Amino acid sequence: MTAYIIRRLFAVVPVMAVVALFVFFLLRFAPGDPAAIIAGEDATSEAIAAVRAKLGLDRPMVEQFVVWVWGLARGDLGVSIFSNLPVTRLIAQRLEPTLALTLSTLFVAVGLAVPIGVVAAWKARRLVDRLVMGFAVLGFAMPGFVLAYVLIYFFAVQWQLLPVQGYVPIAEGLWPFAQSLILPSVALGITYMALIARITRASMLEVLQQDYIRTANAKGLATDRVLLLHALKNAAVPIVTVIGIGIALLISGVVITETVFNIPGLGRLTVDAVLKRDYPIVQGLILVFAAAKVVVNLLIDISYAFLDPRIRY
Amino acid sequence: MKFRVLAGLVALALPFAAPVSAWAQEKVLRAVMHADVRVIDPVWTTQTIANIHGALVYDTLFGNDADQKPQPQMVGKYEISPDRLTYSFTLRDGLKFHDGSPVTTRDVIASLKRWGAKDGVGQRLMGYVTEMKAVDDKTFTMTLKEPYGMVLESLGKSGSSIAAIMREKDALTDPQTQVKESVGSGPYVFAKDQWVPGSKAVYLKNKDYQPRSEPPSSFAGAKIPGVDRIELVWIPDAQTSMSALVNGEIDFLENPSIDFLPILEKAKGVKLQKLGKIDSFQGMIRLNHLQPPFDNIKARQAMYYLINQEDYLRAIIGDPKYYKVCKALLTCGGPYENDGGSQWMKEYNPKKALQLLKEAGYKGEPITVLAATDHNTITPATQVLIQAMREAGINVDVQSMDWGSVVTRRASKNPPSQGGWNIFVTTSGGVGSANPVLHTWIGAACDKGLFGWPCDPEVEKLRNAFGMAATEEERKKIAKELQAKAMEDVVYLPFGQWDVPLAYRADRIQGIVPNVGLAVLWGITKK
Repeated sequence: MTAYIIRRLFAVVPVMAVVALFVFFLLRFAPGDPAAIIAGEDATSEAIAAVRAKLGLDRPMVEQFVVWVWGLARGDLGVSIFSNLPVTRLIAQRLEPTLALTLSTLFVAVGLAVPIGVVAAWKARRLVDRLVMGFAVLGFAMPGFVLAYVLIYFFAVQWQLLPVQGYVPIAEGLWPFAQSLILPSVALGITYMALIARITRASMLEVLQQDYIRTANAKGLATDRVLLLHALKNAAVPIVTVIGIGIALLISGVVITETVFNIPGLGRLTVDAVLKRDYPIVQGLILVFAAAKVVVNLLIDISYAFLDPRIRY
Repeated sequence: MKFRVLAGLVALALPFAAPVSAWAQEKVLRAVMHADVRVIDPVWTTQTIANIHGALVYDTLFGNDADQKPQPQMVGKYEISPDRLTYSFTLRDGLKFHDGSPVTTRDVIASLKRWGAKDGVGQRLMGYVTEMKAVDDKTFTMTLKEPYGMVLESLGKSGSSIAAIMREKDALTDPQTQVKESVGSGPYVFAKDQWVPGSKAVYLKNKDYQPRSEPPSSFAGAKIPGVDRIELVWIPDAQTSMSALVNGEIDFLENPSIDFLPILEKAKGVKLQKLGKIDSFQGMIRLNHLQPPFDNIKARQAMYYLINQEDYLRAIIGDPKYYKVCKALLTCGGPYENDGGSQWMKEYNPKKALQLLKEAGYKGEPITVLAATDHNTITPATQVLIQAMREAGINVDVQSMDWGSVVTRRASKNPPSQGGWNIFVTTSGGVGSANPVLHTWIGAACDKGLFGWPCDPEVEKLRNAFGMAATEEERKKIAKELQAKAMEDVVYLPFGQWDVPLAYRADRIQGIVPNVGLAVLWGITKK
């Protein structure tokens, strides 16, 4: 197992190299020019050219790439073209809100979706099952941003139970922190919840038809023990796989959710940087997202061995 | 045992309980502006948000009042020689930078030189300046080679880059490089350590600031820091920012979406306020004078027949109380409003437009329109133009892209088939467009001008003459001649002007100082 983990960690290097290559050149080939945005609405072509030269954007693309990679090798992601602040500082500033939102969404989604998926499988083709499946279809069909506005309208504007927007760091109080995350987590997690609930139900249905479940029931074991200890554990591998895949969904989802709920996280930073063509920030963020995805995949693979002792690497 | 567990849980929870912060006693203004503060150097960029930041942190020698007349700000007294070639300025007492150092004429001269090397209006002014010389720490002179009449207006302008006075060591930074620190002598101190670009910028009251005694009027008069702390919170989503204001989470919304104004008008505790005497924006359709068919003046003039301003204004604003039909290039309602050249904008007649285009040699070649897809006013205005062109039977090549890409592509002088363009739509600030010298889009300086590169020496001659005029009557006469010539040459096609009021919590704040084009936050106090 240790050798496998080390091998996988080494494999991260070429993956990140390819990501770095693609992100750098795709950004440069995309239309748009940060110098024109900086120079402003009334700037002449000469003024824009002067800004471009000062930022080094007029140098050959390969030279710019080498400078960036040399910085990366020294752990330097560069400096924002606009704010002049180090990209590492900007990413660090935004990490906490995104981590908090992602984890709270995972907590809400997994915590609710797995039980309702289990119940749906247990009560297959009955009213509860149909309600759960109806919810799953609705969760898939409703875009997160629409749900976000509906939630804001009722829970924040009409009933004034929760804030419309913003993020309160955990250091400023647990309840304000939780308040600022409830609506975004629900809005972001609904699709994810629907996905996990469906997969849990399908996986559980398959396991519940196995002979050993029938034997466990025949022995007179309590239903909760049969469902949780015997069935769910054996149905867990596909569920964990979907949770892993879902983290990629969450990364793309936070971009919209953070914008609607005004959470100053990495998603917002990405959108702003793309619109402003702030190349160093976009490059740094995509590397961070790619690294996060690689690490999550690795953790999922490792978890298989613990969930199913037959799996060995 | 149970008590111990309970006590342990309480002890664990204590760090997470809401702290009784000193901030609770502070008067905090939470404002959402039209953009986020990403750049802290108001000279390095002309972005309005950088200048809103700049106006809080830095002070200026003069400030233009609500009638666009320059009034002394950092300057205590000033003299102009009878030949209008020498200006003598003396700084008022008590001016200090946020680091405690006094403001001296060395700081002022270095700042003006940097601003004059970068800003369009500053460049024009410095073109006439032969010398700036410190007499002592508080007095300096400015000598001109010709009696340029826009010296004080230029120093006091609030549109595009303000003439911010920085510390000499910051002002010596290359104008093409952003200053690293934002230390001014203005009413608020920038808290750089609390700055989260793209999310929040924080400003603290400058307790040493000594405001002028005159009442505030736009960019002039007393700049009283009325709250302890200003937080410029960036909420990019228009609906969320509107809901946040209604819910009382923010106090001030600079640029509410036009779609939400009816909701805000009815919201409890919320008020809307007009920004000033003239409208905030003017719509412009810019033609590329370098490329066919618009290298031909007849083809450019044909386009006037495709402009029904009401169509554009209804599409982008809707409610007539927020827009105004204005068949002029200089802002209607401004000091130099006139009807010179308005005869060009007679009627909407697509057939006539096509006929005139054909007479100018147009044979159905595609006309490339740069169509921004992500701008709240430019996008719908572009769609109206495209529809009018299609109705006329013009072969329209619509190039859809985000505004950032339009900004890049419009700088290309190549033919449209090689990455160039024929038409794009944009807007101009109402204050800048009110003055022929500050209104750079009215210029026709050929290669040295703005995108579209209109080329008419007569227009430039009149702009210069305006700058040299000694009396207001003379200026008005020249402004009319200039506008008539610029409209004949079609430097751009105007499609009206509009104003979006700001929204604020009237139950929480008071004392807003209206200033078109650049929101100012001094004077505001909390109830």
